[in-house]
Amino acid sequence: MRDWLQPHRVVLIGLAVALVLACAWFLRWDWLAEPKYQLLIVQGIWRTLWILVVTMVIGMLLAVPLGLAQAAGPWYLAAPARAFCSVIRGTPLLLQLWLLYYGLGSLFPSIPGLRGSVLWPYLRQAWPYAVVALSLSVAGYEGEVMRGAFKGVPHGQLEAAKAMGMPRFAMFRRIWLPQALHRVLPTLGGETVLQLKATPLVSTITIMDTYAVAGRIRQDTFIVYEPLLMLAVVYMAITGLIVLMFRWFESRFPSKSA
Amino acid sequence: MTAFGALAASSLDLLAYAPPGWGATLLAGLRNSVLIAFGAFGLGLAIGIGGAFGKLYGGPITRDLLAVYTTIVRAVPELVLILFLYYAVTGAVNEALLLWGYERIQISGVAAGIAVLGVVQGAYATEVLRGAILAVPVGQIEAARAMGMPPVLLAWRIVFPLMLANAIPGLANLWLVATKDTALLGVVGFAELTKATQQAASTTKAFFTFLTAAGLLYLALSLLSTVVFHRIEAWARKGQKRTGG
Repeated sequence: MRDWLQPHRVVLIGLAVALVLACAWFLRWDWLAEPKYQLLIVQGIWRTLWILVVTMVIGMLLAVPLGLAQAAGPWYLAAPARAFCSVIRGTPLLLQLWLLYYGLGSLFPSIPGLRGSVLWPYLRQAWPYAVVALSLSVAGYEGEVMRGAFKGVPHGQLEAAKAMGMPRFAMFRRIWLPQALHRVLPTLGGETVLQLKATPLVSTITIMDTYAVAGRIRQDTFIVYEPLLMLAVVYMAITGLIVLMFRWFESRFPSKSA
Repeated sequence: MTAFGALAASSLDLLAYAPPGWGATLLAGLRNSVLIAFGAFGLGLAIGIGGAFGKLYGGPITRDLLAVYTTIVRAVPELVLILFLYYAVTGAVNEALLLWGYERIQISGVAAGIAVLGVVQGAYATEVLRGAILAVPVGQIEAARAMGMPPVLLAWRIVFPLMLANAIPGLANLWLVATKDTALLGVVGFAELTKATQQAASTTKAFFTFLTAAGLLYLALSLLSTVVFHRIEAWARKGQKRTGG
């Protein structure tokens, strides 16, 4: 603590506190007191968080087979998996989102029988498209990471398992997958932060996430900067939480390698 | 089958270069995107070089300020930063102009886009280049210092060429991020590729056709970039020993 709190840092912290106080004093924050906006903000943060968690989980579940197919699969599985990852990584997420929502969404009504089906109520809402697009994005980026992780597991481990007569699936479940996941763990926190930063895009397809709520407040009140400052603070707080969570998570799976 | 044939034919008509088709609009959007990406990447690289050397060799205050810059930019979504910097930068420039007794000016979309994405890219470039400089063998730098080489010459002749090979993969990633982040500027209203696509699509109601076409353009750009960066990396690594894999 002594080392960290050097004289120049005290001055810098003092300046930062002064800046924050000046922002709090001179800018307009009265809209924060309105219950209507408070409710909207809480709902927006909740939407951002569940979209983040759901798409990360689905995306990682898809990334495992994608990585495995590229690392060890036959060519007829490896080639499509590699093409999928290239397409996802080579085009903007915004475009993918619009392609699903506006593009596919405009084709669906022309498919006979779909209108009457049980799927139709979901296809008319925006969130299924957002979840699919963001999950596929995670799958594309993480599929590439998982490919490297599967390849990085030492061959001796797999040979030892084979020599013990372990069936192939048990070998995958007990040896290959856990070690690959262990290798990915340090990068996962960073990827989650990147995914958090991608979530505001869903506001462009009418989902009221945190970003959209701030936009709404700006439109209603004609205040330019303050809602944006709130956005920055909210996202930085969530980022901090994610970093702390993954640090704790990593400390529970200590890595033995030097 | 005929339905698909008709669909394909009408899609081709819509994508034609001449005015009834929207091909020219899309290509103009692509040109804007590439222009902004180039400018932002260059600006980011300049900020990154300064930032990396500042973080490694600067005084304590420089280091702390740079740490604040890279942390904030990497924690806040690009979309928020773009909105914020766009209003802040254009506002500040106009305030300054009024203060000096000039008229307000309309800042061009391309210039504002380059400035905003450049600041974002600069934070990531700082980290990439810092890592690359750290990977330069210490002995090389010490040898140069022992020969009495002045710091700037040392940076130019020893550190820069040696770190280039380490930095290329990270910089290639950043370039791809830059091309894709230009799409975000469409949300603020710049006429880059995604915005142009959206205009064409909402006018003609052929969303699927246009969004797919734009996707293919982006994909072509990124595949081409990957090939070019592989060449550059091979060039930067010439004379180095290959380490396995």
